[in-house]
Amino acid sequence: MATTTSTPAVDRAASPSPAPSRSPRGRAGWVPWLFLAPYLLLFGGFVLLPIGLGLWISLHSWDFTLPGKPFVGLDNYKELLTPGTGQFERFWNAMQATGLFTAVSVPLLIVIPLAVALVMNQKFRGRNLFRALFFAPYVLGVAVVGVMWRFLLDRNIGVVNYLADLVGLPDKTPWLTSIPEAWIALVGVTVWWTLGFNAVIFLAGLQDVSPDLYEAAKVDGAGAWSRFRHVTIPGLRPVLGFVVMITIIASANMFGQSYIMTRGGPGQETRTAIYYIVDTGLSQRQMGDAAAASWILTVVLMLTSALVFAATRERGKKKGAAA
Amino acid sequence: MKAFRYGVLTFLALVFVSPLVFMVTTSFKSRTESGQTPPSLVPDNPTLAAYQQVLNAADTPVFRWFLNSMVAATLNSLLVVTTAALAAYALARMEFRGRNVVFGLIVATLFVPPVILVIPSFEIVGRLFWLDTLTAIIVPTAANAFGVFFLRQFFIGLPKEVEESASLDGANQWQVFWKIVLPLSRPALATLALLAFLTNWNDFLWPVYVLFSPENQTLQAGLSTLQYANAVRYNLLMTGAVVASVPVLLLYVFAQRFIIEGVSRSGIKG
Repeated sequence: MATTTSTPAVDRAASPSPAPSRSPRGRAGWVPWLFLAPYLLLFGGFVLLPIGLGLWISLHSWDFTLPGKPFVGLDNYKELLTPGTGQFERFWNAMQATGLFTAVSVPLLIVIPLAVALVMNQKFRGRNLFRALFFAPYVLGVAVVGVMWRFLLDRNIGVVNYLADLVGLPDKTPWLTSIPEAWIALVGVTVWWTLGFNAVIFLAGLQDVSPDLYEAAKVDGAGAWSRFRHVTIPGLRPVLGFVVMITIIASANMFGQSYIMTRGGPGQETRTAIYYIVDTGLSQRQMGDAAAASWILTVVLMLTSALVFAATRERGKKKGAAA
Repeated sequence: MKAFRYGVLTFLALVFVSPLVFMVTTSFKSRTESGQTPPSLVPDNPTLAAYQQVLNAADTPVFRWFLNSMVAATLNSLLVVTTAALAAYALARMEFRGRNVVFGLIVATLFVPPVILVIPSFEIVGRLFWLDTLTAIIVPTAANAFGVFFLRQFFIGLPKEVEESASLDGANQWQVFWKIVLPLSRPALATLALLAFLTNWNDFLWPVYVLFSPENQTLQAGLSTLQYANAVRYNLLMTGAVVASVPVLLLYVFAQRFIIEGVSRSGIKG
């Protein structure tokens, strides 16, 4: 870079005009970096540096309020991976909570939005209005959604229990303070909140499936189910893989719903991995442990994503070969 | 079939909309009425008491939080669009050594789970003396890799001829970018600005941990403190939630096309 920047510097000194050098090579030298500089400053300082620093912190016993931050090597990782230590219990309890939430919420967040998108994927009056309504909760923040649903799900004065009573169901369900009710509430609220997001992506994907394929299938005598199996699903496969992946990542990063609706309770049952990480690192100031935990969570997440990616591609290939 | 479809869709629409309606009506109730059973859908005695309290009381500075959120989300959105547009233009239209490395690095971080950044970013923001300030909410999250990716795709799709003829007419690269590319890119810039605004406005985890003083909270973070201080004043809580929802719902009503298109495009491109 040093050599390429010298040419335009000379050019600039030679001509007072702010116009860039006429030499294409000189022009290509520093102008792009000027355009890139503001972004790269942010990117370097708040993306690349934190990634490296996080790894560094994870190798230390790091309390940001104390001057001494002794190097401990892989001890933080060992502690998190050795059964019997206090951190091990708390961390894996939280990982389990995240795993459970992900395993239950992701299938629902694929199947229901897909069904909604299929119903919406026809021309009918009011379609855009319905689409707008289903998507609306997604533009609200998790704090609004959490505070609102905590009120609606209140055991004694909540509307949900009131409505349950009206239709003859139990009216004192402890939605937020008991297991499995708390999980049902957290998953249900998350589905309510983000269903529209996935549905919109599915709908866009469905509109890219060529209508000719449906016509051809109809001519061949394929019924609705058969058209769904052999036209819609293969046509949607890339979008499906993408939605599965981002939904897994979003569910594995669940934090706000628990923080607001259940405070991680009852006990620590609904305390997710992210909740554990920020609580350990930022409230209890054990940043070394927390940084190590976030690396472990990241590795688990990336492995899961890789598996999902491989699975969707593998099946796509088989389908392609069979067709 | 038609009736069935409308039946299902209307039921779903009710499920989606009625909680929001109830949130709004509760904000117009008195404290007693908001906590009574059976709940009333429409307030018996509509009152602005909760709004007045939220505006005036020192322990629930919701209006101050509203201003904080507005300032933070606006500046963050501007910063995202400016830096991403400049970078994306260089990556889309300029030839230079290292371009693929830079772009590859940016795209690679799209797949890095954000949790990895939280602990070290806190440390960095602390060293910069940004803790408990709005700067901590505005600047670090502005390094938006999706924005660069999204605008680069858009710029590549623009017809090259216009830019080429302008530079033949003597315009330099800055002038081409500023006078030709940006005006042609208004829809994409608006989409990115809106998504960035929404994301920042709704951000929760980060402000909860980097802001401490009651008067420095954003709405989302403040709302969670309000809840634990006032678990029984439901009318007050719902008022806070309404204040936090109205700006984004208004944006959504008027710019729905951009938001939904932005989201569906992110899906297809991804």
